[in-house]
Amino acid sequence: MTWNWGFAIEIFPIIASAIWLVLAVTLGAYFVAAIFGLILTFLRRTKYKMLTYVTNGFIEFVRSTPPLIQLFFVYFALPTIGISLDKYTAGILTLGIHYSTYLAEVYRSGIDAVPMGQWEAAKAMNFSKAQTWFRVILPQAIPPVIPMMGNYLIVLFKETPLLMAIGVHEFLQEAKLVGAEYFRYLEAYTIVGLLFLLLSYPSAMLIHYLEKRLKMKKVRG
Amino acid sequence: MDVYADILVRILPGLKVTLQVLIFSAILAIIVAFVAGFGRLSRFKIIRFITTIYVELFRGTSLLVQLFWLFFALPAFGIQFTPLFAAIIALGLNYGAYASEVVRGSILAISKGQTEAAIALNMTYWQRMRIVILPQALRIMLPGFGNNIIELIKGTSLVSLITLNDLTYHGLMLQNVNLSYTMPVFLVLLFVYFLIALPFVWLVRKFEKNVSKGVARI
Repeated sequence: MTWNWGFAIEIFPIIASAIWLVLAVTLGAYFVAAIFGLILTFLRRTKYKMLTYVTNGFIEFVRSTPPLIQLFFVYFALPTIGISLDKYTAGILTLGIHYSTYLAEVYRSGIDAVPMGQWEAAKAMNFSKAQTWFRVILPQAIPPVIPMMGNYLIVLFKETPLLMAIGVHEFLQEAKLVGAEYFRYLEAYTIVGLLFLLLSYPSAMLIHYLEKRLKMKKVRG
Repeated sequence: MDVYADILVRILPGLKVTLQVLIFSAILAIIVAFVAGFGRLSRFKIIRFITTIYVELFRGTSLLVQLFWLFFALPAFGIQFTPLFAAIIALGLNYGAYASEVVRGSILAISKGQTEAAIALNMTYWQRMRIVILPQALRIMLPGFGNNIIELIKGTSLVSLITLNDLTYHGLMLQNVNLSYTMPVFLVLLFVYFLIALPFVWLVRKFEKNVSKGVARI
């Protein structure tokens, strides 16, 4: 029993049909991560020490525990205290919150790179806090970290097979079902690997290109 | 509180499996990282080409897919791994690919003058690496390796999906039999994984501080 091209071509469309679901989950989770990451960034910079500690603890905890268990926690354990989510929402929220802790770190590096003078200038202009953040700091902090944010989009995309554990029909789950039907797994799982490679590698190249261009811009001043 | 003690006792056998997977795959990952890291800096185009393909292949597809491929697809060629072996190989090769970037980056981060000075002193390639480059590159690598180990710890929970009876697997079994345990089981699992990762979180912080210590600023 080795590779069978006919069978591979036959099942490719079935597995690939999950692409819209996978992209929707990825973008949804990334949206959650981007927004929640920004909230975390603000929370850890407040002047209330307690809030900073709690936020830092939360980030550390979420970052160092497996997303799979977090997924089970959200999908199986939360309903026992009255919070029931369907599998898609649970998946999007779990992956989103998990990667928000990474994005918070990215935002921080961007914000730290904004020169002190910008804060002082905003203060001298009598800008309010919201104006300082959204008109002065963030517009300068975000563009340099866009490649890093793009990297996490790809990482998040590659993390979506996890959702098969709660029965979301993404690539791997589709492949498993097809494989079980014909009792041939080689072609199905190879196609999944190929799909991930085909989608993530060009995106990684694009980000690499963006990064290079950004660096050149910096050199040119 | 009894519930938590009860759960802890019952999932403890899984800790042994998780640690086993963790230790062996970490060793494999570090070996692979150095081989691939040096391979990508090799003088020979063919070696660079092969290692680049390996690194991009494992970084471009996801860990769970690799795990499933090794365990469920490879038997088509007549190679049937045990779950433990498949887990160690998949985790080791996957995180080895990520860590090889750390090795490569750290070696490239050492200034060119060091290499030139070593060549001027008539050192061979291996002398240059062993005496001059690596001792400096290692301290840059350590925080990166630490982060990779934390990711690896998180990755080990996936082996439960290829029927290996690790912590997660024991937890799921326990939850299946006794649904009232659902909340406590997953809380205990989260905290146990956090405790395993915690020493590495601290180490990374310490290493990050050490990177710039005692190094001349140019």
